[in-house]
Amino acid sequence: MEELSWPKHLINVLSNPKYLFPLLLGLFVFIFPPTDRLHRIHLRLRLDRLWTNAGGVFLLVLFLSFFLFGLTDPNFRLIVTKADNVPIVGLIFLVTFFLWFSMKQALENDRRMADGKKPIEADDKDPVLVWPDLVYGEFIAMIVCTILLIVWSIVLTAPLEQPANPAVSPNPSKAPWYFLGLQEMLVYFDPWIAGVVFPTVIIIGIMAIPYLDNNKKGCGYYSFADRKMAVSVFMFFWLVLWIFLIVVGTFLRGPNWNFFGPFEVWKISKLEALTNVNLSELIYMKLLNRRLPDNILVREMGGFLVILGYFGVLPLILMKTLFRKLHQDLGNVRFSFFTIMLLMSFSLPIKMMLRWFFNIKYIVAIPEYFFNI
Amino acid sequence: MSDDKPGPGRTPEKKEEGAAVTAGTGSAAAKKVASQPIVRPSGPDRVPRRTLVAWLAIGWLAFGASMAAYGAMFVRFLFPNVLFEPKQSFLAGFPDEYVVGAVSERWKVSQAVWIVRDTETLYVLSTVCTHLGCTPNWLENEGKFKCPCHGSGFYKTGINFEGPAPRPLERFRVALTDSGEILVDKTKKFQQEKGEWTQPESFLAV
Repeated sequence: MEELSWPKHLINVLSNPKYLFPLLLGLFVFIFPPTDRLHRIHLRLRLDRLWTNAGGVFLLVLFLSFFLFGLTDPNFRLIVTKADNVPIVGLIFLVTFFLWFSMKQALENDRRMADGKKPIEADDKDPVLVWPDLVYGEFIAMIVCTILLIVWSIVLTAPLEQPANPAVSPNPSKAPWYFLGLQEMLVYFDPWIAGVVFPTVIIIGIMAIPYLDNNKKGCGYYSFADRKMAVSVFMFFWLVLWIFLIVVGTFLRGPNWNFFGPFEVWKISKLEALTNVNLSELIYMKLLNRRLPDNILVREMGGFLVILGYFGVLPLILMKTLFRKLHQDLGNVRFSFFTIMLLMSFSLPIKMMLRWFFNIKYIVAIPEYFFNI
Repeated sequence: MSDDKPGPGRTPEKKEEGAAVTAGTGSAAAKKVASQPIVRPSGPDRVPRRTLVAWLAIGWLAFGASMAAYGAMFVRFLFPNVLFEPKQSFLAGFPDEYVVGAVSERWKVSQAVWIVRDTETLYVLSTVCTHLGCTPNWLENEGKFKCPCHGSGFYKTGINFEGPAPRPLERFRVALTDSGEILVDKTKKFQQEKGEWTQPESFLAV
């Protein structure tokens, strides 16, 4: 095996979600600060400059140079230029662009309002007519999209595989790109949670947004300062739990559903020791040094207590400490609904990290009745 | 007062409109509107209330009956006359044909089972991953079954130890025929988490 240059090696190590994910989570709270205190740090670190023209150029150069550097590597090229994966490369650039563009407008509005002016959207100095301005614009966009789709379908051919065979699952078997987040979730939660409970809760949560958000500011114009919590929570779901997991599933998941760095050969024989343990086994076998009790409820008592503490006690603690202001703003019902939703979504990163760092599989493990959390 | 001006101006128009309508309906219109009796349509288009209710009942009954018939047909389709399904049991040769300590993939494609022979026992594992039903691969060098869909891993015994699979691979009933051949019966499965792997039919002592 050839020796990798140190930047490639570093990127390989860092791109392991085990390190990348906590790193991004840590960065996230400073880039999209949900609270005033974090926002002050955000300003002191001058991270708001990401959303200026210079910041946009910086982001573009950063991503472009990464991909251009990567393309010199045969493994990177193989994965990134796969017909299935090219659109995801486009997605990285597009999402970053629109993120930058909307945040730029938001910061411009914040600055204007700090000066006592109205937001740009409320300024009717330069109105645009539907006909011809908007309709022409839409017409041109339509033509560009059509051309793009035609070129795309000619240049990138659909990946046809051999006829389906129940005895052979493609290795790795990947869901369609928009489901890769769900597939990643299925690695850490049982099918009934990741496939049934969470999607349902996500839909209910999205429907509940208008009832949860009683912040009257920020309607009809881009703004960050007026709705830090809302933007931050949204960006957490959108960028971290959705886009990031799609990127991980596309580029970093290889044969046998192992993690592979961008400059790593996808070898089927890559060996990873991932032997799982459950919380009950940790408590009884490691800590108390004895056999698991036969009674299921006694065996899983610790796990039940953890779940109860997480969803029952933690919201109360948050109410008195970190989320005190939020609780005042929202009231009891909204606050408890919001907090439990948020805690549910945080359970995914928590379970990921428990698996990566401690190999813990289930908090509550009752395979006898197919009830594992 | 200026607001009231259009008022009186409008009332004569209303009266005119009213007059136009009453002229059309004839003598009944001369009476005051409040004391006017409810006008039922008469003549050939008239449908008595009882007839209407009867027709509604007949219509709904017919609709219900046809739906019930469709429902019955639908249920009937769940029990086909002929089941085009391969036989669920098969003869897998003699125990000596299986190497001790190896996992045989001989029946993976045709019967969806692995036959594993230990020093003392022989057992039949299902090739369906207990997570979401993909077909794992047997990795000879690592001595494990590994699923390509979500990374579940199973030991040679079928016990799940890595990835998300919630329970071990299932084992099938295995027996010896009178001629000494292995008979695998896939209609009966044995699950470890229910403590069924100790049952005598779940393995073959060789």
